[in-house]
Amino acid sequence: MSARRPQGRSQRGRARISQRVGELSPSGIRKFFDMLATMEDVISLGVGEPDFATPWHISEAGISGIEKGYTMYTSNRGMLELRQELSRNLSARYGLTYDPDSEILVTVGVSEGLDLAMRAIINPKDEVISPEPTYVAYEPSTLLAGGRFVPVPTTVENNFRVKAADIEKRITGRTKAILLGYPNNPTGAVMEKADLEEIAELAQRHDLVMISDEIYDQLVYGVKHVCIASLPEMKERTIFLGGFSKAYAMTGWRIGYAAASEEIIEAMTKIHQYTMMCVPIMAQMAAIEALKSGEAAVKEMVADYDRRRRVMVKGLNAIGLSCFEPKGAFYAFPSVAVTGLSSEEFAEKLLIEERVAVVPGVAFGGSGEGYVRCCYATALDEIREALRRMRRFVQRHKS
Amino acid sequence: MNREVLEILEKDAKVTLKQISAMTGLSVAQVRKTIEEAEKNRVIVKYKTVINWDKLEDERVRALIEVKIQPQKDVGFDAIAERIYRFSEAHSVYLVSGPYDLAVFVVAKTEHDVSKFVSEKLAALESVQGTVTHFFLKPYKEDGEVLEGQEKVRRQPLTL
Repeated sequence: MSARRPQGRSQRGRARISQRVGELSPSGIRKFFDMLATMEDVISLGVGEPDFATPWHISEAGISGIEKGYTMYTSNRGMLELRQELSRNLSARYGLTYDPDSEILVTVGVSEGLDLAMRAIINPKDEVISPEPTYVAYEPSTLLAGGRFVPVPTTVENNFRVKAADIEKRITGRTKAILLGYPNNPTGAVMEKADLEEIAELAQRHDLVMISDEIYDQLVYGVKHVCIASLPEMKERTIFLGGFSKAYAMTGWRIGYAAASEEIIEAMTKIHQYTMMCVPIMAQMAAIEALKSGEAAVKEMVADYDRRRRVMVKGLNAIGLSCFEPKGAFYAFPSVAVTGLSSEEFAEKLLIEERVAVVPGVAFGGSGEGYVRCCYATALDEIREALRRMRRFVQRHKS
Repeated sequence: MNREVLEILEKDAKVTLKQISAMTGLSVAQVRKTIEEAEKNRVIVKYKTVINWDKLEDERVRALIEVKIQPQKDVGFDAIAERIYRFSEAHSVYLVSGPYDLAVFVVAKTEHDVSKFVSEKLAALESVQGTVTHFFLKPYKEDGEVLEGQEKVRRQPLTL
């Protein structure tokens, strides 16, 4: 970039970066990254992924695929065997019938699936309604598709569940879709069937598309996850976005899938074939193995998360950071009100003074202010030590 | 019997009652009762430690001995196994399927001790038809724990 010209301007005075991208706000945790890079002995509760390595039999399937020479492109939609396994899996878990030939697309994680879904259905200025605190990619992927993001605040009083009535208040003539992500990142909240039924009714009455981010669907504790696509009349209008990252500890493989009506999958596949071509074949081979025989490993990991969840939530409440009981994903979302600090101040001071990294709630939207996200997909010893350090911190800053 | 308490202890015998209570949501009293009961019924047999003696370069020899048995009248495998597992050198003893009958894991000070045990004790038993001794050269994984060379994979400290 030349010093003689105003920053980001070309010779003709036009902005180099598109307006759409220029207006996107950068991720709220970038400065924490920089601080962390200079520190040692930090316990991080700031991660958003399992601490388990991928179960070996799944990794082995990917490795042996490479050994056998499976190093080529696959069908744009993903290997047929994988789509068949996905179809079987969704049928077994939710009683949903998706045609592997036309209603399933293998994507580079839910991240790509979400982007494709948005671009496939959004016209300029179309609105997408979504509960907040929200996963950080929801708003940007809406904006990048040319849409408008309409957050619905949720509160701890309702256990961070979104209510149909609050969604309905925000429905306009431009509303195109409702985007749900439960079990929720960052709150750990889960939805109840009755709430989902009301939202489903709303979607039908206003003819809205339902986008359901199901990445944490297998990580629930003591409750049964209800998939909104499985409610009557909802399959046709729902885009089910699923993944392998969290349940099978496969974040680095970058593989997920979308299941929806033929019309929508066809549209998403169009974008996918021009931008991504296909998901790496070794990840697809590992995913097939995960679906065929990964269930026991998932169960074991979920049992382990559940123990850490109890320790984390009990510990946070015991040190004065009041925390509602999260029943899904692997996050606790305690209030930091007792310290009188904002969520960013809390996170920054905690990192500097006690070497514990958490994510400020405000990174997940305005209604996350006053909370921090603590991931408990971390070794129990580290969780216990983090809690000891946080206890000292809270004692010192109690207002 | 609460299996979860046992699963937790099987992974880490040093975990405290209070910690188990926090992990399971059971009360400390319930956890204590579960453990006491399991100890009484010998569901929990013993609390031991996995030690990698190789690290201390201690002279310690381990071997797997395949033992072929000639079953004798009125004496089942159990009785023969007992005559073998009573020797302190026999660390673990299993009845197995396949070409031999008993798998005997031996721990001893020197190779000579193992040889002596095999030739003088095992082979001397009337019902032992034959033995094959495999000395262990290097341990990789023991009781579910990888002993050496496990590189810790670092995650990105912050991800959303």
